[in-house]
Amino acid sequence: MKAALVHASGLLLAALTLPVPTVQAQAPKRGGELRLAIQAEPRTFDPAQATDEPSELVRYLTGGVLVRLNRATQKLEPELAESWTLSKDGKVLTLRLRPGVRFSNGATLQARDVCATFTRLMDPALDAPGAEVFRTIQGGMRCETRDTQTVALRFGEPVPGVLRLLDDIAIQAAASDPAHGPWLGPFLVSQHRAGSFITLARNPHYWKRDSQGGQLPYLDSIRLEIQRNRDFELMRFRNGELHLVNNLDPVLFERLQTASPSLVRDVGIALDTEQVWFNQAPAAPLPPHKKAWFASTAFRRAISLAINRQDIARVVFKGHATPALGPVSPANRAWIHAGLAAPAYDPKAALASLARSGFQLRGNTLIDNTGNPVEFSIITNAGNRTREQMGAMIQDDLKKIGMRVSVAPLDFPSLIGRIAKTYDYDACLLGLVMTDLDPIAQSQVWLSSGPQHQWNPGQSTPQTPWEAEIDRSMRLLAVEASPAARKRAFDRVQEIVVEQAPFIYLVNRHALVAVSQEVRGVQPVVLRPQTLWNVERLWLASGAQVSQR
Amino acid sequence: MIARRICASLLLMLFIISAAAPWIAPHPPEQQYRESTNAPPSPSFPLGTDDLGRDRLSRLLHAGRISMLLAPVAALVSVGVAALIGGLCAATSGLLDRVFMGAADLTLSVPWLMLLLTVRALLPLDVTPWISLLVTFALLAVVGWAAPARVIRASVAATLRSNYAMAARARGAGYWRVLLKHVLPGTRPILTAQFGSTVPVFILAEANLTVLGLGVVEPAASWGTLLKEVGMLATTSQPLLAQYWLLAPIGLVVVSVLCWNVVFPARLTT
Repeated sequence: MKAALVHASGLLLAALTLPVPTVQAQAPKRGGELRLAIQAEPRTFDPAQATDEPSELVRYLTGGVLVRLNRATQKLEPELAESWTLSKDGKVLTLRLRPGVRFSNGATLQARDVCATFTRLMDPALDAPGAEVFRTIQGGMRCETRDTQTVALRFGEPVPGVLRLLDDIAIQAAASDPAHGPWLGPFLVSQHRAGSFITLARNPHYWKRDSQGGQLPYLDSIRLEIQRNRDFELMRFRNGELHLVNNLDPVLFERLQTASPSLVRDVGIALDTEQVWFNQAPAAPLPPHKKAWFASTAFRRAISLAINRQDIARVVFKGHATPALGPVSPANRAWIHAGLAAPAYDPKAALASLARSGFQLRGNTLIDNTGNPVEFSIITNAGNRTREQMGAMIQDDLKKIGMRVSVAPLDFPSLIGRIAKTYDYDACLLGLVMTDLDPIAQSQVWLSSGPQHQWNPGQSTPQTPWEAEIDRSMRLLAVEASPAARKRAFDRVQEIVVEQAPFIYLVNRHALVAVSQEVRGVQPVVLRPQTLWNVERLWLASGAQVSQR
Repeated sequence: MIARRICASLLLMLFIISAAAPWIAPHPPEQQYRESTNAPPSPSFPLGTDDLGRDRLSRLLHAGRISMLLAPVAALVSVGVAALIGGLCAATSGLLDRVFMGAADLTLSVPWLMLLLTVRALLPLDVTPWISLLVTFALLAVVGWAAPARVIRASVAATLRSNYAMAARARGAGYWRVLLKHVLPGTRPILTAQFGSTVPVFILAEANLTVLGLGVVEPAASWGTLLKEVGMLATTSQPLLAQYWLLAPIGLVVVSVLCWNVVFPARLTT
């Protein structure tokens, strides 16, 4: 789960792209090695099991999918499938494969490879994250080969937005070692030195051609340096050792902008959110008075009122964030609830609301109705400068209403252990990484039985009426075919979440990237992989010379 | 001699300024002036402000209290424990000596960063910054006794075998009299030197631990927390001297560690 709780994928709407650098007059050069850093070792090279960001990036760069979401236009485009038809009842998706596509070992892609991929994906023993939606379909899912170039995916019931789900499923050869290829994407894994780097070499049989008929990709290779420290990453970028930086920290962005404004780009509001939640798990080893505070909607809403989101966006994110309205980022124009407004910063209203619930301010300390001073801790992931600073600002804001808050940065495994296993924490500050506009991808967060329903995960039956109502709306979202009905269902979820504040949303980060002038063809977008979504068309101004560095 | 005097004066000045921080700091160290973040030096903020708009000078002064006052206290505890154990081992030898020196060897071979990490992980989450601070220095004191104990043991054993100690025993002096009148004065330079060399080690250890996220927690200020911010200078394009005020914590750490090292070994030779 890294710095995020959810990884999802799929369809997007908001068009937040920047213009292509003005080098159109120059013909693309072939060759060279593109260098960038990833913050952790990929957990797997098996595309079916990728859940962490580095593994997903490797899957994106090496995997071939039937249908690809164009990250710039936000539209689905044919990829390995050149065409498709969905039956009227929505239960059969027939895909016609692009002829002449070959794996990196030269073998031709056939329908049986597609079916082998889906059969493996549906294997319960594999527990593939990309198959979650398919496995919950009543009546299941079957893949049938019609001929060598045609497959039919047959579902027990209609699957809303089924095509966008295909963007995450890398097709593998029927007889292959999943983690060792052969590959269908523009690159293949050629070298991996654990803890140091991964080299992706050009796939010699990649099927895409440029407008001149030349084979893509232009680059010879991509070197992914495993570089945990982002300060060092930026130093290496400044020294010319790295060409691209994605998801740039706002402080580092500002520093780089001061020195080289042409190299950095604020792409706009991203889909990701930053939020605080209180532990409401009944099994939590917390004193009863704390459980009572955290279960109180008035308490949570008062906290929400007392946090100055504008200041967090301005001070911590240097203006490269926007106060959050709720669970959906303003970038997600299709799904955001137009009637929601950002919670106002109003500590007086927060205190008045707390007073109505029996809390009172004695001197500088807020006391509950049983005489306990309001003190709690917020855990967050250590080493994340922006979260530690957000914690310090929240601490300062809540001090103004008499609450004593400790901020405890923990290493990520300890943090996950507390929020997912022992429930030994008061509150948590984390982010939610979203790569999918369709909220169905967040089912595990919103369903009360979901493991990522963080404030009280894995409930056998909904603990509160409002959680029961969220469950009903989410189920409607999953089965309803009408876009308008689905939108109404998720609007209701957003209203409930804002009313009940189980997650106190703080800000939506902006997507910040840095691009070396050496790299051409980059069109940064808010969606991951921000600068690499059109990797097959990126090229280096110095061509093959760069690989000699 | 002049260098020692200058360093002693500097240390004294740092002590006084650190102790007086609550009265002389222009602002509360945790106060966030959110309209003046990352401000350069000005009459209101003589060393500018940090990312959250906190006055750097006030934080530096309060940070000095932690490093200049708690590090010597922890060193005193550490050397005190070492003196007790080292003296006992030298005086008794035999089983007790072997047990304690074995424990010293064990302590020296423990990866203390891992030990600190484990102990910090066991602390309650809502621990106050001051408790985290005390725990950090207490741990330093606990793991810091072993090396001085071995030195002190050797010194005490040598003194007990010396001619004047033997002569005193021969003239009928009791065991405790020999210990207090002859051994203790004889080992005082060793104790002073051990104390003097442990303090800068603890000052640097706190700074290193905090930079690693294991020491003092926000919003408390220590030289370690301030040094974390200096690390950001590596990514800035401006010349270091253009932001000279950010170098103040480094300057203070270097000056204080240097002064401790100059003052105490010099006394050992007198």
